[in-house]
Amino acid sequence: MAAAGRGHKKVARIRPWVMLAAPAAAILFQVYVPVYFPLLQYLELPLLVTVYLAISRRGPIGGALTGAAIGLAQDALSHQPIGVLGMVKTTVGYASAALGVRLDTGHAVVRLGLILTMFVTHQSLHWMARRFLLGIPSGAEFLPVLLAMPVNVAAGILLFHLLDKLRDSGR
Amino acid sequence: MGSLLSRYRSFTILLLLLVAQLILVAYQVRTGHDVRLLRIWAVSAVTPVARLLASASDGASGLVRDYVALWGVRRENERLAEEVDRLRLENRFLKSELSTAERAAALSAFQARTPSRTVAARVIGAGPAIDSRVLLVDRGSSSGVRPGMAVINADGIVGKVTASFPAASQVLLVTDRGFAAGVISGASRIEGTLRGAGRSQCRVEYVEIEDRVQVGEWFYTSGDDRLFPRGLPVGQVQSVTPGRVFQEVLVDPSGLRRGLEEVLIVVEGVHQPLPAAEESVPRAPLLPPPPAEGAAPAAPDPAQGAVAPGTDADRIVERHRKAAETLKRPFGDNLPPARPATPPPGGRPAPVKP
Repeated sequence: MAAAGRGHKKVARIRPWVMLAAPAAAILFQVYVPVYFPLLQYLELPLLVTVYLAISRRGPIGGALTGAAIGLAQDALSHQPIGVLGMVKTTVGYASAALGVRLDTGHAVVRLGLILTMFVTHQSLHWMARRFLLGIPSGAEFLPVLLAMPVNVAAGILLFHLLDKLRDSGR
Repeated sequence: MGSLLSRYRSFTILLLLLVAQLILVAYQVRTGHDVRLLRIWAVSAVTPVARLLASASDGASGLVRDYVALWGVRRENERLAEEVDRLRLENRFLKSELSTAERAAALSAFQARTPSRTVAARVIGAGPAIDSRVLLVDRGSSSGVRPGMAVINADGIVGKVTASFPAASQVLLVTDRGFAAGVISGASRIEGTLRGAGRSQCRVEYVEIEDRVQVGEWFYTSGDDRLFPRGLPVGQVQSVTPGRVFQEVLVDPSGLRRGLEEVLIVVEGVHQPLPAAEESVPRAPLLPPPPAEGAAPAAPDPAQGAVAPGTDADRIVERHRKAAETLKRPFGDNLPPARPATPPPGGRPAPVKP
């Protein structure tokens, strides 16, 4: 499942509007939809978009920058200090991009493992940042995370498939 | 150093990004100040879109709600339509029951009022053919019903029994062509024979062309047929058509007007007087009698209403009355019965010469 050499593989690029619209839509979804459907707050669409864009850019710097932008935007709309989710998503974006370079991210099983790993990483980093940086005594909510895990994996597979359709296949 | 950074460029950038954000967080946590500008930008960017989405969501949910409400209205409408149909049926049934009860009450009252002895019967069947005017009632020979008995109801005559079985009887309706009964008109006392016309009407036959029968006039049973007691209503005249010798008088049988469910079979008929004759046609006042020869014309006596004797018989009666007054003897009808049959003393009275 390791990716072939970069020069030998024809990669379909993501359209620029998709790179802007997908994070915006994900953040809006995260901000707006749980108001009406509280259960959907466990759906981490910004994380999934971050992972997808990071592995698509096939560069750790791009992945980190994408993660930072999305994370900061989320922070700006949240009540916590700006930078917490930024750091978390910067790390996730970087890690996703670094793995994406080495793995065939078009394979469903790889995607599933990547999403699962990044989800756990994201939740862990976020918990640690809140606990140790902000000093918020948040208990370890394992059950919601465990329940959210398969949901996010399934949603991620579908989202990746949808975003694949929006790639510029002509190039 | 530069080569090291260049070699780990991406990692270095990651560290820079993390450190920068860490410093930002630390600043906010330590000073308690918020990076308000970033939040304002983010919220300002999100708010219009969120508002648009909210409007769209409200519109969509309103549409869905209205659609669901409309769907509910349709279901409600269907339910109410079914309810209305059910209530209509129930209403019709209750009206029928009420009508039946009213008819039964009227029949019962009529049965108690009429001097004839009757047996109440319920109609249980009709004739087998389309044009047959025959009914089956649930009283038969075991109830004393015999062929030829009159069948009536509170509104008038219905027909007559043509066959009697142990538990049922066959009734020939007045509208059947084979039905016949003697009738008499209420106003002018014109007699005729009632026959079924085959439709919903009857015909009074043998009404002479000189007889004056008015539309709307009532006919009653005359009792001449020995089946129907005298005085039962038959129906009202619908039309009168002059013929060559007799008139064709069509009568709407009153006994069949309100449908037939219960009837009375006249087991023992009693004649009744006809209703008082009503002057259906105002007659012209009679002229006074012609004056006697040589006498002055007599003025009519409006107070008496009667006229002075004009015929020879009248004049004879008048002379006898005057002679009786002269002899102080009673004159006229209603003589006292205790009068002696023997001639009075003094012989017979002298005959009065005219």
